[in-house]
Amino acid sequence: MKIGYYPGCSLLGSSREFDESVRALSRAIGLELVEVPDWNCCGASSAHVLDHKLSLALPARILAQAEAAGLTEVLAPCAACYNRLTSARTELAQDPAAAAEIAAIIELPVTGRVKVVNVLELLDRFQDEIKARTKAPFRRKVACYYGCLLVRPPKVVAYDRPEDPHSMDRLMALAGAEPIEWNFKTECCGAAFSVTRTDLVARMSGRIVADAARHGAEAIVVACPMCHSNLDLRRPEINAQLDAPSQVPVLFITQALGLALGLDPVALGLQRHMVPALALQPAAVGKD
Amino acid sequence: MTLAPHPSVHGETLKAKVEQATGVKLNHCYQCGKCAAGCPVARDMDLTSCQILRLIQFSNPEWDRQALQSEAIWLCLACETCSTRCPQEVQVPKVMDFLRTEAVRRDIAHPRSKDILAFHRAFMDSVQQTGRLYEIGLVADYKVRSRHFLKDLLLAPRMLVRGKLPLVPHLIQGRDAIKRIFKRTLGVKP
Repeated sequence: MKIGYYPGCSLLGSSREFDESVRALSRAIGLELVEVPDWNCCGASSAHVLDHKLSLALPARILAQAEAAGLTEVLAPCAACYNRLTSARTELAQDPAAAAEIAAIIELPVTGRVKVVNVLELLDRFQDEIKARTKAPFRRKVACYYGCLLVRPPKVVAYDRPEDPHSMDRLMALAGAEPIEWNFKTECCGAAFSVTRTDLVARMSGRIVADAARHGAEAIVVACPMCHSNLDLRRPEINAQLDAPSQVPVLFITQALGLALGLDPVALGLQRHMVPALALQPAAVGKD
Repeated sequence: MTLAPHPSVHGETLKAKVEQATGVKLNHCYQCGKCAAGCPVARDMDLTSCQILRLIQFSNPEWDRQALQSEAIWLCLACETCSTRCPQEVQVPKVMDFLRTEAVRRDIAHPRSKDILAFHRAFMDSVQQTGRLYEIGLVADYKVRSRHFLKDLLLAPRMLVRGKLPLVPHLIQGRDAIKRIFKRTLGVKP
């Protein structure tokens, strides 16, 4: 199977292990990724603060480039990119006048036909492969953390349940993990305030880490680079204000599943984390 | 005695502008407070989300000004918890986005908006130049704009040793097209 691939900017830099693990896992399950030609930034959490049209035009150019390349579906592993692309696609499809205006701005025809899928949605289609290829079951208690952008706003992304999603829990269970019940599955980590209001991020992400730890999580599993960098790169700031500092590691879903499939932890980028995660590698015990 | 026509008659009030730009019907909010109850930053806000909505429901210029000058509109992270739970489906983050641009346009934005705006402008500046986000460029630009030169000095080495901070920006082919997109939307350099 082939699918369009939009890595997004974070996956080339601060979250390159997400890109590495998406590619490694795709190879393992027989999925070919076709990168959207000459893609640009989606506008992330900044364009919409400055100008609404800019926040539509940037993702619209990506959708147009994908359409021109004949792609019908594009995987956007970054939850923020997924959200911006899906929002733009919805708005373009619902409002032909806006679509015409945006097409003139980006100098490319765009219909909003290309479907944008997030990484959980895509992996859901490979449940049989994941189950069949699990060599080293990920026998850990995991807190599946979805954050905001994969499930909200529900009318736009129309993915899973907005308050208590289960898709990631299901995937992790397939790979042998024990997903825990906890309270912060969809709470906000502080997102783009990482640099400007680190105090708020430390508190908001701190509550998430603390709740996961309190419920016995041995790993927090995420599908968003912003969530990852706030929970992982900002751990020193988080721990500085937690009563019980925590070293629970944070893994991308593609890393956790990759480990279960017996892929090389370094190829999955586990050495790049702030909170040590390499020790999570389960012994390959053969399929049971 | 003749009464001056209500300002909303002319469609120029803040309320009319918000509704026109966002499609949100402000009167749909009946002040149940569910948005503020679930808001992860409500406790840091000077006005809660429902208070902001209440202030701009009346087209009273003084109350409009209070909403526009608040710090709250800058603290909204667009996490969409409020709009997901709102029984009237009011899209609060869309309103917040509009209020921020309007506060900047009227030059009455809260003083603490400076750093947040500096960050978003530095971010978009990087995209305008290269087509993608260049993280080192973003941080350097933000430091110059915000004058927080010492902030996060330890973060860059943390990221560098983990291979998370490429030193060279990725330049896309369509950079000219991107520059024209910025010119046609933001109009000026971010």
